[in-house]
Amino acid sequence: MLKLGVPSKGRLMEKTFDWFGARGVGLRKSGSDREYAGAVDGIDGVELVLLSAGEIPRELAAGNIHLGVTGSDLVREKLANWDAQVAELAPMGFGGADLIIAVPQAWVDVSTLDDLDAVAAAFRRNHGFRLRIATKYHRLVREFLREQGVADYQLVDSQGATEGTVKNETAEAIADITSTGETLRANGLKILDDGLIHASQATLFRGRRRDWTDEQRAKLKALQMVLGI
Amino acid sequence: MPTSADTLTEARRLRDLFAAKGAEVVKADVLQPAGTLLDLYGEDIRARAYLTSDPLRGEMVLRPDFTVPVVQMHMETHADPARYTYAGKVFRKQETDETRANEYVQVGYEVFDGQNPAGADAEVFAAIAEGLADLPVRAATGDIGVLMAAVRGLRTTEARKAALLRHIWRPGRFRALMKRFGSGQVTPARAALLAADDPFTDAGADIGLRSRGEVEARIDALRADAAAAPIAAEEIALIDAILGLRETAPNVLSALRDIAVDMPAIGDAVSGMDARLDALTAQGVDVSTLEFEGSYGRTSLEYYDGFVFGFYATDRPDHPPVATGGRYDALTAHLGQGRAVPAVGGVIRPDLALGIRAC
Repeated sequence: MLKLGVPSKGRLMEKTFDWFGARGVGLRKSGSDREYAGAVDGIDGVELVLLSAGEIPRELAAGNIHLGVTGSDLVREKLANWDAQVAELAPMGFGGADLIIAVPQAWVDVSTLDDLDAVAAAFRRNHGFRLRIATKYHRLVREFLREQGVADYQLVDSQGATEGTVKNETAEAIADITSTGETLRANGLKILDDGLIHASQATLFRGRRRDWTDEQRAKLKALQMVLGI
Repeated sequence: MPTSADTLTEARRLRDLFAAKGAEVVKADVLQPAGTLLDLYGEDIRARAYLTSDPLRGEMVLRPDFTVPVVQMHMETHADPARYTYAGKVFRKQETDETRANEYVQVGYEVFDGQNPAGADAEVFAAIAEGLADLPVRAATGDIGVLMAAVRGLRTTEARKAALLRHIWRPGRFRALMKRFGSGQVTPARAALLAADDPFTDAGADIGLRSRGEVEARIDALRADAAAAPIAAEEIALIDAILGLRETAPNVLSALRDIAVDMPAIGDAVSGMDARLDALTAQGVDVSTLEFEGSYGRTSLEYYDGFVFGFYATDRPDHPPVATGGRYDALTAHLGQGRAVPAVGGVIRPDLALGIRAC
């Protein structure tokens, strides 16, 4: 049996069902709408597991599911050395969102990471602490800023309403997911020209664990044939 | 992973060796207050150190190295000169390579000596080398102080020098800054901002802690920078020449003397290197084969600001160094609230040393 993990609610679930449906594999919730059980039509030996998109990376890495649909950002954020633990089978063309760095529009002197870095140095001098960047994507943001050579900042955790942290003076800048930028603008923020950390989309992943049975490997091949990926 | 009895025996042997050189044996708490380290290293240490919280003491960290607690301890006694040795575990997360240990023993030798820096550098290097005697290792050395002196000697604004010095340890950003300061160009958007009568025409509401005044101050600084002459191509070439040096120490010294003709600002640092080579020779180190790299030590945690060295297994260049060390004068100034004590130290990893002895 090959276990396929799919987000358990919302547009991400519907779009995933549509994507598989268009390729001849029917996914549906079984039982009542509130129940997190699923059924698969069109191919044998594949079991649908509905769970939170944020848990799918961890479950893939642990081997509790074999395939999973989740955002490419979540896999990179939640798994160290992600590409040693999971592999991308197919980008799915929806759920697109960019992880970006944004600063107040009032910072007319800042449009690049180079500016942000210079401002961070001055901010630390003036205020006695490191410039705060609010985010829930700690790993991705830290790796990006390290690669880009930005110093004198600190990450502060924000699990929601991140765009409001600057106005509330709990952060000076943010790193968050955006698709249209509308919420950012409404909160007086702008995206840095070179502040794109990762362009995310819903992606079908497989786990890389070695303990797959031959039957599971054959089943994956069969599924890939049906899906045409 | 439990430390093997062999590693503990080797650690004790090394610590005794250093103690026999007059070093006081010191200990440090495994749990350290995180504030100092986070302030010092920022997010880099957050990625590498095990942070935990204590209901009364706030954020704590599992000791990622001994240097900071030893410096803090020394700053309270301020004997000069002073020598310390220690043996104990340090803890570092490994984010990408799970085959690397996340807790391991370090044995260190630290010298605080304001009188004779060249002699102290040589003493620490020789002590570490003695601890590794007979092992198949090669030493790599460098001197961050030469690069810093070269930056300070550039004929450009203090603001640019400060920006470059801040990024000595981030080679990519350093290079980007050199390129920009050497180009004399600003982007069209930036030029428009600097030329604007009111740069805040399209600005949104003032939100956040960074004030309008701070933005204005930066615009003034950007205007001043745009008005400053670009750093001369010849000077950039000299910095590149220093960074590109990779030869035996005597050959590098000779090359640096040539560079110092065009860049007298590095003269003192070069004399310091000369004195260090003499001191190393006096300690019995064969400097004629000692490797020196102009950019060595730039990617380590940013506290080394002078002599830097590392010892590597000869046939395993991909492995982490068996021993590392260097001078960290600025760190003592930072931790001593301005009261600096010239200091240099090195650490050996006994587990790695035993690993190559077995081969």
